Amino acid sequence: MLDRSASQGLPPLPGVGYKAQHFSNIMDGAGPVAWLEIHAENYMGDGGRPLAQLRHLAERFPISVHGVGLSIGGEGRLDRSHLSRLKHLVGWLDPASFSEHLAWSTHGAEFLNDLLPLPYTERTLARVIDHIDEVQETVGCRMLLENPSVYVSFAETNLGEIEFLTEIARRTGCGLLLDVNNVFVSCTNRRTDPQDYIDSFPHRLVGEIHLGGHDEDSDDTGQPLLIDAHGSAVVDPVWQLYARAIAVGGAKPTLIEWDNDVPEWPVLAAEAARAARILDRVPA
Amino acid sequence: MSQGDFRAALLDPDLPVPAGITDPEGRPAPRRFNVYRNNVTVSLTEALRQAFPVVRALVGEDFFTAMARVHLRAHPPRSPLLMLYGEDMPAFLEAFEPVRHLGYLPDVARLELALRRSYHAADADPVRPEALQSLPPERFLASRIAFAPAARLLRSRWPVATIWAANTRGGPQPRAAVAEDVLITRAGYDPEPALLPAGAGPFIAALMNGENLSEALEKAPEFDLTATLGILISGGAITGIS
Repeated sequence: MLDRSASQGLPPLPGVGYKAQHFSNIMDGAGPVAWLEIHAENYMGDGGRPLAQLRHLAERFPISVHGVGLSIGGEGRLDRSHLSRLKHLVGWLDPASFSEHLAWSTHGAEFLNDLLPLPYTERTLARVIDHIDEVQETVGCRMLLENPSVYVSFAETNLGEIEFLTEIARRTGCGLLLDVNNVFVSCTNRRTDPQDYIDSFPHRLVGEIHLGGHDEDSDDTGQPLLIDAHGSAVVDPVWQLYARAIAVGGAKPTLIEWDNDVPEWPVLAAEAARAARILDRVPA
Repeated sequence: MSQGDFRAALLDPDLPVPAGITDPEGRPAPRRFNVYRNNVTVSLTEALRQAFPVVRALVGEDFFTAMARVHLRAHPPRSPLLMLYGEDMPAFLEAFEPVRHLGYLPDVARLELALRRSYHAADADPVRPEALQSLPPERFLASRIAFAPAARLLRSRWPVATIWAANTRGGPQPRAAVAEDVLITRAGYDPEPALLPAGAGPFIAALMNGENLSEALEKAPEFDLTATLGILISGGAITGIS
């Protein structure tokens, strides 16, 4: 059961987050872009243009389904109807990869539309493992779990993030999605060294890498506070961390995420080309 | 810390940051917590802005943004499918004191919601235009119509179609507060709201309710049947005749 999407897999090449305004550019020739990622929730309607475009794209490109609404880190039970929508989407689309976040976004019946943080403890670990078991069982494929961007610390946290993620992967069989921008954001916000994080990460479990832009702000003491915003180009320190990650872990499918203030296609394609040049230097 | 405490403080900026949420050195960190408050507020405001462009044009950007903040705190989404977010907006507008004098606003919101649902509705093949015209009169009158999932009827006591067109495609402003019935059809992928001929609303409503053409015609005293059928057919709204 768990091997299905892993066996097809994404190619160890650049991809981009799909935006409807780029449909014609992509169909005319995607240049360095070898695959596309969609947000699952945008393709859960019954029909119309979004699904028609997706069917066209899926004939030409490997597709990665990236969920943003499952609330795997939530205290409550997973939303069964949302799980069955995911199962339906993954069932007909047969994507090359399926991923979600280490975060929560639903409380009770409310969907809060942000990737909210959770403390890392034995109790939250057990809950996330149960949820991922249920997701993989229901959706019917192995998933990748993404490291989050975080802005706060929890007094009750007593496990490290990498330890937490690694244990989840070991006990559920899921893979990991390494978001290098999130590493830079979270490590800056925690005042830890992002290079250490990259060096300590279990790269053998990584099925995909994300790169994106962030905003800069300051915290209550005037020190840097970075905010994951996906509204700008990838910054040089993140490119350097990325090069370090694939030098250690090998070439991986690499996504350029640009969800807000979406640029013209050539700007996005140029970011993908930059990732391609770095990927060219390392063996898969 | 429970996620319930986190959620409460997230949507209420007057509440303190939940205990146990700090900066890396264990100090209180309201600016850090505010990143989450801001993300939720900004992203849901943006979802409402996209859902209700005409309501937004009618009340103005600044007012809409302020109103969206009140709305999203009282009515957060109940599903991760943000394409459906805003279903509480018409009722909210009916009760929201600052816009109570704009009686047409809730129906404009209903029209915008219906357009969105139509956009995401299932695809369906319409019958050929001849299918209806070639029926002998008695068969025609006994027929029931199956509608495309994208077809939506909105009956309003306000000139809602005219208001919508005036604010989206430069149509004339309404001259009087007359009632209008709108049929949304989706011949391709773009929903189109058509103003129905006067009196046709009860006819379409009866057909959508499963009544046959003869029964539906009795519901509508007098209206332009040819023009009404023309809207149904050109919009690909009929998927079956039985």
